[in-house]
Amino acid sequence: MPLRLFSIQDMLRFILTRVSLVIPTFIGITLLAFFLIRLVPGDPIETMAGERGIDVARHEQLKKDFGLDKPLIVQYGYYVERVLHGDLGKSIVTRESVLTEFQSLFPATVELAICAIIFALLLGIPAGIVAAVRRNSIFDHGVMGISLTGYSMPIFWWGLILILVFSVQIGWTPVSGRIDVLYYVEPVTGFLLIDTLFTEDEGAFLSALGHLILPTIVLGTQPLATIARMTRSAMLEVLGEDYIRTAKAKGLSRFRVVGLHALRNALIPVVTVIGLQVGVLFTGAILTETIFSWPGIGKWLIEAIFRRDYPVLQGGLLLVGAIVMSVNLIVDLTYGLINPRIRHNR
Amino acid sequence: MALLEIENLSVEFPTQGGIMRAVDDVSLKLDEGEVLGVVGESGSGKSVTMLALMGLIPFPGRVKAKKLSFNGRDLLSMSDRERRKLTGKDVAMIFQEPTTSLNPCFTIGFQLTETLRLHEGMDRKAARRRAIELLEQVGIPSAESRLSAYPHQLSGGMNQRVMIAMAIACNPKLLIADEPTTALDVTIQAQILDLLMTLQKERNMALVMITHNMGVVAETAQRVMVMYAGQIMEERSATDLFASPQHPYTAALLSALPERSEGGRLATIPGVVPGLYDRPRGCLFSPRCAYATEHSRNVRPDLRDWAGGKVRCHYPLGDPNRDAAMKADHPLGTEAAS
Repeated sequence: MPLRLFSIQDMLRFILTRVSLVIPTFIGITLLAFFLIRLVPGDPIETMAGERGIDVARHEQLKKDFGLDKPLIVQYGYYVERVLHGDLGKSIVTRESVLTEFQSLFPATVELAICAIIFALLLGIPAGIVAAVRRNSIFDHGVMGISLTGYSMPIFWWGLILILVFSVQIGWTPVSGRIDVLYYVEPVTGFLLIDTLFTEDEGAFLSALGHLILPTIVLGTQPLATIARMTRSAMLEVLGEDYIRTAKAKGLSRFRVVGLHALRNALIPVVTVIGLQVGVLFTGAILTETIFSWPGIGKWLIEAIFRRDYPVLQGGLLLVGAIVMSVNLIVDLTYGLINPRIRHNR
Repeated sequence: MALLEIENLSVEFPTQGGIMRAVDDVSLKLDEGEVLGVVGESGSGKSVTMLALMGLIPFPGRVKAKKLSFNGRDLLSMSDRERRKLTGKDVAMIFQEPTTSLNPCFTIGFQLTETLRLHEGMDRKAARRRAIELLEQVGIPSAESRLSAYPHQLSGGMNQRVMIAMAIACNPKLLIADEPTTALDVTIQAQILDLLMTLQKERNMALVMITHNMGVVAETAQRVMVMYAGQIMEERSATDLFASPQHPYTAALLSALPERSEGGRLATIPGVVPGLYDRPRGCLFSPRCAYATEHSRNVRPDLRDWAGGKVRCHYPLGDPNRDAAMKADHPLGTEAAS
């Protein structure tokens, strides 16, 4: 009997096709990042000088020092050349290499993003399952209504409301930051939840955890809504399949039929959506980090815009773009793990 | 004592246009080791009857019955948990589309051993050994290596063999085969039927063969139940039914068989099965019946004992007084035939 086989060549072709699609995307990102920020009035030197102002000759001199006096297209050419050599440049403001800054701030964003996606998965998948199993019940309508609200809620508004209620009024959670100023934690992994465990100071860990709660909820709300709705619709479709009837005909418990036989199939489209959430998380992180003064990539990028720190913005966007694209590629490649029909057999 | 007893079973589905009666007052008895053929057109309620027995009627369907007992146990008063101990173990079912009836995300081995571990309490190793045995019994070559295959890697016929292996895993007393060969190639159909009949004889298992193929019934069943629009129209032994059908519907079905066709064209039954809105007041078959009378249009016949079986007709074909009775009731036959 012929088995459907996928050769290593097919696999390589698939990866190469995907990677070749990445090239135009990268060119697009560099173009957008480079020209859009330059459309914004003002330049880094003006912003650094601030309200005191700067005399014209000095301004021109500094512009020349930074290479900002050349025509845009030439500047872009230099920029692309440096990027191709792996050099993302230095921040005009801090004189620190863009890559170094990125590396030191990235773990904070990743920690927040991971917590947010875990929060979204832990609530979203069970809510979607129950809504599908009890379709058209009050629970179903309730969950779908709330998730639509969550999806439509602007992050900055949602964040401010939560801070107002839980931090200011009730005082359960800290208002902003990653950890209380009382604690100094030596960065090992960059993830405070892990690093505080090394300090063996319970207070530090709890403080880090407490600071994470509100940002996690704010950043996780949109993915939560998307995942809950996707799980529900995938589940509804799967529950009508013939193999679910077979599973019931075997005398399996309801829990096993839904939680194993149906869920395994329903998760296939949900995983795609989770992969796509990486982009949503980075976008959301920009607002969330700004609201909660979270020292991560998002806040760094926003500040770079305000300071017209061209290299930081260009380099940061390029790195974020690379990460989003890699994660999506990895998600595509790992489909086979949950969907045997597209598994690459040998 | 009969293995299976169903009395006055009805299954209803509420729809936007009103209540749809998929199964209407069906009663049925089945002995151990007996092979019953259930025939009828699509939508005649044959599958739904058996799904109701399995407890698989999807929401919002409603099942009503005076009696539903299996092996002396009352299925109606049983808790869901108790009932699940029976389904898949003592009563098993296989379906029309083998390829979609198996879960695409799990291996054949997983799906097969799952039943064994649940109902027989086997450990992983014992279940695996038994699974290989079962696959060999249903005629799957190199059974051991097939355990790690996924349904999409096997053909329809092989998948149906796997479904059969799963169904017979716990030695059921009753196997329900819901059009087990409809989705398969003709050559494979014969193999699967042979396999089912061999297993039935070896294990003295009762078998309900749901089909719309009279040929399949002729080859397999001892007794036949003909269903139409949710009702039983006729029920008798297969030999009698094929030799002398008593219900005009059965006769019409039989004359539509290619083997029995006379002349160049196949016989057909004019019209379609009544739907939710055009359900006749009288006999459900009367709008399509060549022998319908004013009386049969207005009064619904009961299922009555007749000629060693049962028939739901005012004028069974074997009735010697048939012509006289029909004449008295204003025949409409000419109108229907034209």
